[in-house]
Amino acid sequence: MNLLLLIGAPLLTAVAVLLSRNQQQVRWISLAGSVVQLGLAVALLLAFRQETAAGNTEQVFFEMNYPLFSSLGINFHFGVDGISVAMILLTSFVVIAGVLVSWNIENLPAGKAGMTKEFYFLLLLLALGAYGFFISLDLFILFFFLEISVIPKYLLIGIWGSGKKEYSANKLALMLMGGSALILVGMLGLYFTAGHSFDILTLSQTAIPAETQHLLFPFLFLGFGVFTALFPLHTWVPDGHSSAPTAGSMFLAGISMKLGGYGCLRVATYLLPEGAKQYADIIIILSAIAILYGAFATMMQKDLKYINAYSSVSHVGFSLLGIGMLTQTAITGALMQMVSHGLMTALFFAVIGMIYDRTHTRMVNEMGGLMKPLPFISTIFFIVGLCSLGLPGLSGFVAEMTVFMGSWQNDDAFHRIATIAAAMSIVVTAVYILRAIGQTAMGPVKNESFLQLKDAGWNEKLAAIILVAGILAIGIAPGWLNDLLRPAAEEIMNRIAGK
Amino acid sequence: MPNATTIALIPLLPLAGFILLGLFGRKYFKASSGIIGTALLLISTILALYTAYDYFFVYGNVNGVYQKFVPLQLTWLEFSEGVSIDMGLLIDPISVMMLVVVTFVSLMVHIYSLGYLKGEERFPTYYAFLGLFTFSMLGLVVASNIFQIYIFWELVGVSSFLLIGYYYDRPSAVAACKKAFIVTRFADLGFLIGILILAFCSGTLDFATLIERLTSPESNEVKTSVTYSFLGVSALSWGAMLVFIGGAGKSAMFPLHIWLPDAMEGPTPVSALIHAATMVVAGVYLVARLFPIFSITTPAVLELVGWVGAVSAIIAAIIACTQTDIKRVLAYSTMSQIGYMMFSLGVSGYGGEAALGYTASMFHLFTHAMFKALLFLGAGAVIHYVHSNDMKDMGGLRKYLPITHITFLIACLAIAGVPPFAGFFSKEEILLAAYQNNRTIYWIALITSGLTAFYMFRLYFNIFWNKPHHAHGENPATAGRHGEGGFVMMMPLVLLAVGAAAAGFIPFGEFVSADGKPLVSHFHLNFSIAPVAIGLAGILIALWFYKKQNDRPAKLAASLGGLYKAAYHKFYIDEVYLFITKKILFNLVGRPAAWFDRNVVDGMVNLTGKATQEVSEGIKKMQSGKVQQYAIYFLAGVIVLAALFIYVWR
Amino acid sequence: MMEPGLYHILFISAALFFIGVYGFLTRRNLITMLMSIELILNSVNLNFIAFNKYCWPGKLDGLFFTVFIIAIAAAEAAVAIAIIINLYRSHQSIDVENAEDLKY
Repeated sequence: MNLLLLIGAPLLTAVAVLLSRNQQQVRWISLAGSVVQLGLAVALLLAFRQETAAGNTEQVFFEMNYPLFSSLGINFHFGVDGISVAMILLTSFVVIAGVLVSWNIENLPAGKAGMTKEFYFLLLLLALGAYGFFISLDLFILFFFLEISVIPKYLLIGIWGSGKKEYSANKLALMLMGGSALILVGMLGLYFTAGHSFDILTLSQTAIPAETQHLLFPFLFLGFGVFTALFPLHTWVPDGHSSAPTAGSMFLAGISMKLGGYGCLRVATYLLPEGAKQYADIIIILSAIAILYGAFATMMQKDLKYINAYSSVSHVGFSLLGIGMLTQTAITGALMQMVSHGLMTALFFAVIGMIYDRTHTRMVNEMGGLMKPLPFISTIFFIVGLCSLGLPGLSGFVAEMTVFMGSWQNDDAFHRIATIAAAMSIVVTAVYILRAIGQTAMGPVKNESFLQLKDAGWNEKLAAIILVAGILAIGIAPGWLNDLLRPAAEEIMNRIAGK
Repeated sequence: MPNATTIALIPLLPLAGFILLGLFGRKYFKASSGIIGTALLLISTILALYTAYDYFFVYGNVNGVYQKFVPLQLTWLEFSEGVSIDMGLLIDPISVMMLVVVTFVSLMVHIYSLGYLKGEERFPTYYAFLGLFTFSMLGLVVASNIFQIYIFWELVGVSSFLLIGYYYDRPSAVAACKKAFIVTRFADLGFLIGILILAFCSGTLDFATLIERLTSPESNEVKTSVTYSFLGVSALSWGAMLVFIGGAGKSAMFPLHIWLPDAMEGPTPVSALIHAATMVVAGVYLVARLFPIFSITTPAVLELVGWVGAVSAIIAAIIACTQTDIKRVLAYSTMSQIGYMMFSLGVSGYGGEAALGYTASMFHLFTHAMFKALLFLGAGAVIHYVHSNDMKDMGGLRKYLPITHITFLIACLAIAGVPPFAGFFSKEEILLAAYQNNRTIYWIALITSGLTAFYMFRLYFNIFWNKPHHAHGENPATAGRHGEGGFVMMMPLVLLAVGAAAAGFIPFGEFVSADGKPLVSHFHLNFSIAPVAIGLAGILIALWFYKKQNDRPAKLAASLGGLYKAAYHKFYIDEVYLFITKKILFNLVGRPAAWFDRNVVDGMVNLTGKATQEVSEGIKKMQSGKVQQYAIYFLAGVIVLAALFIYVWR
Repeated sequence: MMEPGLYHILFISAALFFIGVYGFLTRRNLITMLMSIELILNSVNLNFIAFNKYCWPGKLDGLFFTVFIIAIAAAEAAVAIAIIINLYRSHQSIDVENAEDLKY
């Protein structure tokens, strides 16, 4: 399968959107484009499975390499392994759902008349950045796509946002740029120590002195950590999400935070195993803090978007914890958590957006009894809430349990205590999720005017169903995802173990 | 050999009902959803009965020992070599017995609900949730993998949450369902960590392998895991203890019982199914499932199980004597009876005569499911009739509800341990087991048994005898225009009453025992005198107090003073929890965490931004536009550079 | 009569340079400032010629440089005077203080 299709599809869609004449065209072109992307992602999954079934044991599949600046060692080098396939699949799910929930963006309070085209263009640009990022095997190109995905976020929040949108947009863009700067430093460090190469595969074969690794690892890990809301660099998350438009939040949490997680693992941990070993304890401490502290902070929030933003900090902590634990099962769990959290949090933001569009409030204490007028939306809210608190049969459970099982394989007190602390969050999560559900969907109807609200339209239903299908596909039959991620995690572990 | 398809269909049919009714019920099966759910469950029940017959009488018994069979095992999620979550079917005496209990009681509840919830707007949703619950409970029962049990454990928790919150517009129901879920979740945290420990110690999640590896003292797994310890307790004991905490949470054992009385906010048939007969005994089932580990490897933990059970039994019985909400009385009674099952496991040994407690516990689980479901369904009929939960609004109902009256009386006699009803036999065995192993627990159990008889007959006399009350609620004589609820509500009562009356004659020890070998229970006439006498005494005291209206109960309450008040307020345990959660977790942890994040962590970020701004503000001043000033900076720069070149970098 | 040596010429050039710098920094009149710049440039020219003559008599690099500088100084003067004239047109003055608002 030609991986360039994955970049081509969003690029062509974005260009077509720019050329289109009216809102109707823009929407349908975007939808068609995202359906094509979903199709490509599924085709990629099938092709990948076929290759694995055929006994192909290469490290990356569908590799392609075109020189760009040969003198500097920069190439268009693409290829995928199981992790990339899973992430691409996640991206395509979130993109299609994001396109669908933005269907009526023009008529919404946050909408700007006559700017639908620009909105969809930016969404597709962000998707393009994500796809490119996940298939890149060259650090320079990877960095390029990472930056491509930052700019649209700034504009999406700054233009279509709500609340203190300028502040949030600035904060988000600046913090992410700061992260990028750290990544750049780390990347250049790698480039010069490892003989002028940006190529991940080459770098993974190169012996890098342990001292250099210790020096460079923090740059790369913290840099990507900003993207994935590593405590204490997470404060763009609550503000950014709460100000962003619905699709913006979905992309931000569903895709953008995963770029960071992927980078932490693929670039920082994989290329600098000695560095990872050196700093693993600190990562574990930070992520255990993030998990518990994020959960407790969520408990006190009253704004639905803040609730989900803080709970994201807590959930993403699990993937970082898994990375820090440095066992194969834990890393598989970390990756599962990324996929699961991406789907779940996108759905959560979609539901919050649907509720907000109707009630014009996001404060839980102003709602109540929404189950009556909005049964579909409330049911989805229940499902996503239950996924968030780790109910079996939904994706969250699978991922968290895998992280716990993997963490427990380290048999010393420090790792045990960190795991127990992280596990404690499942209770706190239950508390805040049930509070949120209890105050919004259940209880007596507080505002009589809410009884007149109309339930989800076809586009919202479709978006929710697509994401729920993803969550269920992982939750009910996690085997396929496990098969995808485990060999890749094993490869990373082999490098860490020095094989 | 067991037929995997037949057995797999037992849980899958209710799941099919859940999916069908959950997705399409509101649109297409508004009226017929009850029938669909009930029909599917009827098939399940028949299959379960067939499986039980097949197992106990055809293939299960090989050379006098009931074997364990795993007819189906699918890998669901593999963590690493040998450690995986499997979805399987484990067929052994207790799982087969539970299959019968769960499907039968669930079927009764399905049928009963046809009448009880007739005309409800969310009728299809209700049946969908019942289907989900039944599926999860059956999946839990047949689990062949400890993680599979955890998965279904969570699923029964959530179905219980959904069903308690069925009347979602009542604030009390919302509070109750949240409380039920969160308290059990807290216990599940223990269970989860327990699983992690056991899995780590044994290197497997599969029940059969797990038990095999952890019960032989010579095995490597036991030897290595004994060397790990924390706070002077070995890792394995911690694992067993934490698993038991999970079981205690689900089974509402002291001090994790606070959710059970509140869970009565759900529809009454739900209380009968989930909070009396099936889900709440999951904890007992779990301990029974891992009984070899508890008994052989960690006997200290088993003793703890015994004590927790005994304490729960007596505390719940005392509280039950003071409550006036009939469903709450039944809830505390459930807790007390589950306490019996727990301590019965706690005093049991492994294998042979010493394992009487194990058999007795399972026996009591079986009989209790019958009579407690009957009590709840009877109470449901009463509530349906008078539209109130409070026994102050009842009285003299025996004339209006004759069938309910008779069946309720049978159930009361059964739970009070009056021969020849079912409760007598199972309780007898429990007391015998306690008498042989732990005298203190025996005395506690004996007292509890008297209290049980007293509060049950207090309930009975207050509902069906006494003087009719008209002050509150509606006049019973005119209230129930719909009568007793018709055939669909009475048939389950009668069937369960037959079970409650006759289940005791099943030679239970023949079928269910700790090691699979038949256990012949000897009937000791002398031994049974004391429990029966104390039970009858309880009934007589209740008769004296409550049959006719009088001021004796009030006088008694006054003379007991503080004790009565404490029991009436459930020993203030709820208040303690409220204090811990509201005051400590919310105000001392949650609020500071949120504040810290907004002010300190985010403050740092904003400070960085501010600092950058301030510095650039300062630099901006240099750009004055005065050409000569620039020239001076330039000159100064040149001079400094020149000086450096001349004196430093020569 | 003593033959003037390198140091004499360097001294004059330095004096010229600092006079130029002093003039540039203290005068408000842009024309005077331009003249000061010419002084500085000429002091540099002097240096180049002197070093060329005394240190590398056989080479012509210093002389070429000087020619370049003279050419550039002429161009610079033309541009500068054009700017000054424009400034005079808009501000009716050639005081350097008035040129401050060019920073906006």
